[in-house]
Amino acid sequence: MSGYLTALVVCAVTVGTIGYLLRSRRIREKYAAAWIALAVAVVAVGAVPSVLTWLARLLGVQTPVNLLFLVSGVVLLIVCVQFSVEISQLEEETRTLAEEIALLRLDVEDLRDRGVRPGGDADVRPPPPAPPA
Amino acid sequence: MLVVIPAWNEEDALPGVLREIRAVCAAEPALSATDVVVVSDGSRDRTAEVARAQGVPVLDLPINLGVGGAMRAGFKYALRHRYDAVVQLDADGQHDPAAIPQLLAAAREHDADVVIGARFAGAGTYTARGPRRAAMRVLAGVLSRVTGTRLTDTTSGFKLAGPRAVPLFASEYPAEYLGDTVESLVIAARAGLVVAQVPVSMRERQGGRPSHSPVKAAVFLGRAVLALGIALSRPSNRTARARFHAAAEVKG
Repeated sequence: MSGYLTALVVCAVTVGTIGYLLRSRRIREKYAAAWIALAVAVVAVGAVPSVLTWLARLLGVQTPVNLLFLVSGVVLLIVCVQFSVEISQLEEETRTLAEEIALLRLDVEDLRDRGVRPGGDADVRPPPPAPPA
Repeated sequence: MLVVIPAWNEEDALPGVLREIRAVCAAEPALSATDVVVVSDGSRDRTAEVARAQGVPVLDLPINLGVGGAMRAGFKYALRHRYDAVVQLDADGQHDPAAIPQLLAAAREHDADVVIGARFAGAGTYTARGPRRAAMRVLAGVLSRVTGTRLTDTTSGFKLAGPRAVPLFASEYPAEYLGDTVESLVIAARAGLVVAQVPVSMRERQGGRPSHSPVKAAVFLGRAVLALGIALSRPSNRTARARFHAAAEVKG
């Protein structure tokens, strides 16, 4: 198997997997753009390796493959940082929800102790209409 | 006033602490309108039942959030039920509820929004030794400059938050390591609140002894300096201040 074929197969699998995950909504749309861009780049470099050589010369990188490593490293770094940010946000959201649950649970216990039943047959009347100003 | 007790698996020590608080409140006319709420921080033992059995309301967090998370839930409870002040007191019996009037008196005397019950300020025999003590001194030095008051014990969990501090802490009380002590003081100082400290005597905790290992002290100092550095480097918390002022206006 030639190296070219290997590269093409890897590209196809990568793009196919990302496409599948996006279509089955296992990756949310807000992350999709980055992954689509990555897939396009992989296809471009895989199909036309001379693109890499051209880019390397343009950017002053002597060995084209080093440009590939550099770019993939940077992409991974960005993705990791983005995940850290997202995880921090999720933790903050989880924390807020946990606090809210605890507060609501106490309210529910309070109401139950005062005889208000979840069925709604308690003495809860609508407030009287406001007097005209 | 509301006493908030963050508790994580404290079924043994908690009943005694609750009884003590009740005794102190009954004896002090100034504390007659004081309520207590226990925040069970994802406890796996009977902490919540033990508190309920004594007729104390419990905020039962479904997951463990750490002291900062437990306290923010407590501050939210205080805000929604319109309490003016919150006293934070540990559930392990380390803090003597009899010192609550001292915290209140200090708040009045210095017109302070946050009063720390400090352990190394003269009263009592509690001391930390060796490297941990050095680490705490460094922290105290920096935070004294930030808050503009001389503080000697910045990691105390025995604190009073006044009417201006409660709405601020209900929205901004960090859950990170040392966030409930070091960073919360930075947040308070940044929002223009007055911080004071009052010496209180501290008892040995009932289980487990504080560690004096130099390695742990070094780790503690490193994490504390990191937490402090991040807190201080934050862009002057404009949203927090705006929200705080809005809340203050609503309260009148």
